[in-house]
Amino acid sequence: MNTSSRLLANWVILGLTLTFLIGPFLIIILAGASDTSYLAFPPEGLTLRWYLKVFTVESFRASFLLSMALAVFGTLAALLLGVPAAYALNRYALPGAETVRTVVAAPIIVPGIIVGLALLRYLVVPTGVTVTLALFMAHTALVLPYAVRVVSSSMHNLRADMEEAAVLLGCSRFQAFTKVVLPNIRGGVLAAFILGFVTSFNQVPVSLFLSGPGVRTLPIDMLAYMEITFDPSVAALSALLAFMSLAIVFVAERLLGFSRYV
Amino acid sequence: MSDAFVQLSDVTLMYGKSVAVPDLNLSIREGELICLLGPSGCGKTTTMRAIAGLLDPASGSIHIDGRDVTRVPANKRGIGLVFQSYALFPHLNAFENVAFGLRLQKLPEAEIRERTEAGLATVGLKGYDKRKPAEMSGGQQQRLALARSLVMKPKVLLLDEPLSNLDARLRLEMRTELQRVQKETGVTMVFVTHDQAEALALADRIVLMKEGKIEQLGTPADLYARPETAFAAEFMGFENIFRVEGSKVVTDSGTLELGFAPASPLLAWRPDGVSVGSGPHQGRVLATSFAGAHREYVLDTPLGPVKADAAIELPEVAIGETLAFDLPEATARPLSA
Repeated sequence: MNTSSRLLANWVILGLTLTFLIGPFLIIILAGASDTSYLAFPPEGLTLRWYLKVFTVESFRASFLLSMALAVFGTLAALLLGVPAAYALNRYALPGAETVRTVVAAPIIVPGIIVGLALLRYLVVPTGVTVTLALFMAHTALVLPYAVRVVSSSMHNLRADMEEAAVLLGCSRFQAFTKVVLPNIRGGVLAAFILGFVTSFNQVPVSLFLSGPGVRTLPIDMLAYMEITFDPSVAALSALLAFMSLAIVFVAERLLGFSRYV
Repeated sequence: MSDAFVQLSDVTLMYGKSVAVPDLNLSIREGELICLLGPSGCGKTTTMRAIAGLLDPASGSIHIDGRDVTRVPANKRGIGLVFQSYALFPHLNAFENVAFGLRLQKLPEAEIRERTEAGLATVGLKGYDKRKPAEMSGGQQQRLALARSLVMKPKVLLLDEPLSNLDARLRLEMRTELQRVQKETGVTMVFVTHDQAEALALADRIVLMKEGKIEQLGTPADLYARPETAFAAEFMGFENIFRVEGSKVVTDSGTLELGFAPASPLLAWRPDGVSVGSGPHQGRVLATSFAGAHREYVLDTPLGPVKADAAIELPEVAIGETLAFDLPEATARPLSA
């Protein structure tokens, strides 16, 4: 291939990538601003009506709060389990460490539909746990792989002798962890939190199975809303959520160079 | 020993199921600078970790300053350790690195400040308070690690290969620095190295270790002049070690008549103990190099290669030519088998 055709191929690939990455986003933004009572693209007239309506739909407000709570507390729980797990996997030559790594990664490898169905059939139905608790457990499990992976990689360069030095200066093992290990993996923990938060917040298939009457996460609520109402407010809400994710990642990148960890 | 400050009695150290150090007995006096010397895998670092409390002995006991510390955890032993990698805390600046241990003791802020600044000054890092370890040179990091241990006023200060990560010039500088700090503070120091020059230059006494056992223990002068085994002799620069049969030295390649009959089964000569220029034997020069005060030769002899140093006044002999030499009785070091 000569230089100019290779250049052309590069531009085509770049163009296609951008089209498929940013295109849907633009379509959603514009569709949410369509001055029609139904979802339309290209928009017919422009209005902010649907963007404002989003904030008045009662079920959106409730499900937004549930999704937020799940994302925050599910991710915190995952970190509470994941940080010690990552530490143990890095520090000790545990028998079966590779198996543990694989098992921990299972929720991102196994399709969400299967995880959701399995949890519904074998956790929710037999034990009768509440829908909220089931959702919380499921989201924790789904975020755990990110917590372990991201924190592991930031712990990788941390030498064990740093902790031994802390112990010889008077630390207990636990103090050595909180005073020496944690400050040095802070960036990784925050990155894992953000990644986990976004994963949990956008989760659909597993939540689909576990949502019950009156208890729905925001994405599921949006699906339900669309089945009844076909106005552009769902598009408007999607656009707002996309902006929220963007803002989070932007702030994270600015604060701690998020992309170093992911 | 009654004057033992650190006493290891029948200490056995294991890694998993393998014995790294069997039944070690070692006494260290107060204020002494002692060196554990040996090749990698000889158990010197393992022994040091046991003194620090980072490794529990499988059997035996460790006493420090008259107290049995065998079961005392590392953070309650009051022992300092300067790691080979320095193990500084990257998220803290120099001041906070040094103050780390003092803060744990919840000392008043004024005392922490005073002792930390004094510690930094002792190692010549005055004014570097705000630097992060990553912004310091290797030598400065080394000093910082030293200060961090010293401000804790440890009973014993352990140093793991303290000079190995430094370049030659800094190494000399740190050597004198360590000796100065030791004289100033009077702290008992145990350092681990595989470099015999370092051990000879620094230590009050050297513990030469091999395969987890003490091969020989003595002052640098002692070890240098009177190694007792082939291993010790080799470590101390006796590069020509031969088996003795009657009045002959023997190798797999051949024999050489000595003209005297030693009682020991092995004899060793340093390169400068082999006399060259005159003597009953002939060797062909295999290699030669100029070393300032003398010239180094490798001679091909009936015994195989022999290393010999010639005075610089003697005319240089080219590779391939022959050189007369002798293995004199006066410079021969008898060794046990």
